[in-house]
Amino acid sequence: MGDQRTWRPVPRSRIAAASTRLPPRWRLIPSAVVLGVVVLAVLVVPLVVDLDQQLVDLASANRPPDAAHPFGTDELGRDVLLRCVYALRVSLTVGLVAALVSSAVGTAVGALAGSVGGWVDRLLMRLVDAVASVPHLLLGIVIVAILRPSLTAVIISIGLTHWLTSARIVRSEVLSLRSRPFVDAAIVGGSSRGRILVRHLLPNVTPQVLLSTTLMIPHAVWHETALSFLGLGLPPHEASVGNMINDAQRSLLTGGWWMSLAPGLALIVVTLAISGLSGVWRDRLNPRRRSELTW
Amino acid sequence: MTAPARRRRGRAIGLLALRRLGFAVPVLLLVSFALFALAKASPFDPIERYFGVRIIGASPERIARIRENWGVDRPVVEQYLAWLRHAVAGDFGDSLSLRQPVSEVIGDRMGWTVLLVSAGFALALLLGLLLGTVAAWFAGGWLDRAITATSYTLEAAPVFWLGLAALYVFALQLRWLPGGGLTDAGEALGVGQVATHIVLPMSVLAISQAPWFVLFVRQNLLESFSQDHVVGARSRGLSDRRVVLGHALRTSLLPFLTLVGARLPELITGALLVETVFSWPGIARATVDAALNVDFALMGALTVLATAVVLLGNLIADVLYALADPRVGLDG
Repeated sequence: MGDQRTWRPVPRSRIAAASTRLPPRWRLIPSAVVLGVVVLAVLVVPLVVDLDQQLVDLASANRPPDAAHPFGTDELGRDVLLRCVYALRVSLTVGLVAALVSSAVGTAVGALAGSVGGWVDRLLMRLVDAVASVPHLLLGIVIVAILRPSLTAVIISIGLTHWLTSARIVRSEVLSLRSRPFVDAAIVGGSSRGRILVRHLLPNVTPQVLLSTTLMIPHAVWHETALSFLGLGLPPHEASVGNMINDAQRSLLTGGWWMSLAPGLALIVVTLAISGLSGVWRDRLNPRRRSELTW
Repeated sequence: MTAPARRRRGRAIGLLALRRLGFAVPVLLLVSFALFALAKASPFDPIERYFGVRIIGASPERIARIRENWGVDRPVVEQYLAWLRHAVAGDFGDSLSLRQPVSEVIGDRMGWTVLLVSAGFALALLLGLLLGTVAAWFAGGWLDRAITATSYTLEAAPVFWLGLAALYVFALQLRWLPGGGLTDAGEALGVGQVATHIVLPMSVLAISQAPWFVLFVRQNLLESFSQDHVVGARSRGLSDRRVVLGHALRTSLLPFLTLVGARLPELITGALLVETVFSWPGIARATVDAALNVDFALMGALTVLATAVVLLGNLIADVLYALADPRVGLDG
């Protein structure tokens, strides 16, 4: 934009298009609308339509998409779209709770490491490096195997494997805040270590923590879905996105492509909406740093 | 660089590698001990699992003898040290679910997983470099937008869902490629058979990993366009192609090296899921079976192995980075 040296191997007319980013509302509005619709559907639909009433309807089983069932019906005659709403309800709840759990763990570790410093810091950061070396899903599988597949096991499994990012963020934020004048002022004023941490440092890292929690939700949903797909997640009767795709795997061989379409698409759309929203948020919070992981 | 400086640099890189290896050992010990302790703390009794239903008919003496032989009543640390002694010698115990030594299970399957992962990784890198460069070249154009949008969408899609879609389209509907396993039913194992069977799993793994590389290459390339050496090359009147491929791409590839190493855990996770979808006879099936049957010997060995692979990958990436870029500091 203002940088005179910017040169790109493209016609000048396009340089302006590429270097001026789309205004935030281009990402904000579609993401917010999609997410709003999904959240509304997930909250309201179960109140209006009772899944049990149309649990099994063998007369209309295995129907490809038509006007009555836009995404078809499954092998028991249940509407795939409706089941998908229930599945998203389960998956998003698991994702939200698990993201909160992992952020809480990460914040605790990061705040401890950053504010105490010294060998505690080195030890904790080595621990973070060590856990980061174990592939997430593998560690998650081990944890679920030990606790036996269940909702709690899945949440614990996500919580214990995904706290690393927020621990690193909180630690580095705390380290940079520690040398600010207002912390010096608090020390001079006689505040204890704990009080400085709770009253001065943590409130200042809250926006970053909330942002990383939001960014964590798609990862958590993805992790839950992968575990459920492997048969190590939620119990099979619980409709979650992973379980639905796992069920649909069998119908795929007999030509029932539509049963896995809706859950996969739903997951993609929700993930894109969440990362679009948090991308706007991140740009506001931290305009200079942009990562390629969100848009 | 002068010869002594190069020698010094070489020694420093060797020290870096040693330091990293020194870090790897405690990490592996920590991971293995944590797994071991978790296994012992879990309510599953390996003796009961070993007998299964037959435990009702088994004599107490026999149970006591096996208990004694396995040493399950000794303290955890003692058991761990015994396990470690054997593990260092290559003996990871017996898998309860597959009734076969763990080292044999891993030995049989490892090769297939390595084949799949390396083929998929190579393809993903190729796609990433190619599409990332194209996107950066046409930055702001429709091709760039199409590539970027597709990358974001694919990045959000679960890999096993992509696998199922590919399976349905290419194996079940078009019947171009076989849909699973290593060979067709009744066929002997041969290069031709494996080559056709690996195409789908390899491509799905590559497509699920590539978006991240595409976006990364694009972003780095765009940033390098405004760096001095690229502007300099441009002002000397070199052609666009020389400037982008010879100057901008080469320097923006450096951070790529370390990130390739950092991407290994994701790659292993992706391979696990792809193998499951395509019934590829690698370690994924064994992992899931081990988890479903609470087979700690197998699960522990696999996790420790995967961790070792990740640590080694990071080490190699860092060494390559330091070798490729003399400006890289070597203290960390």
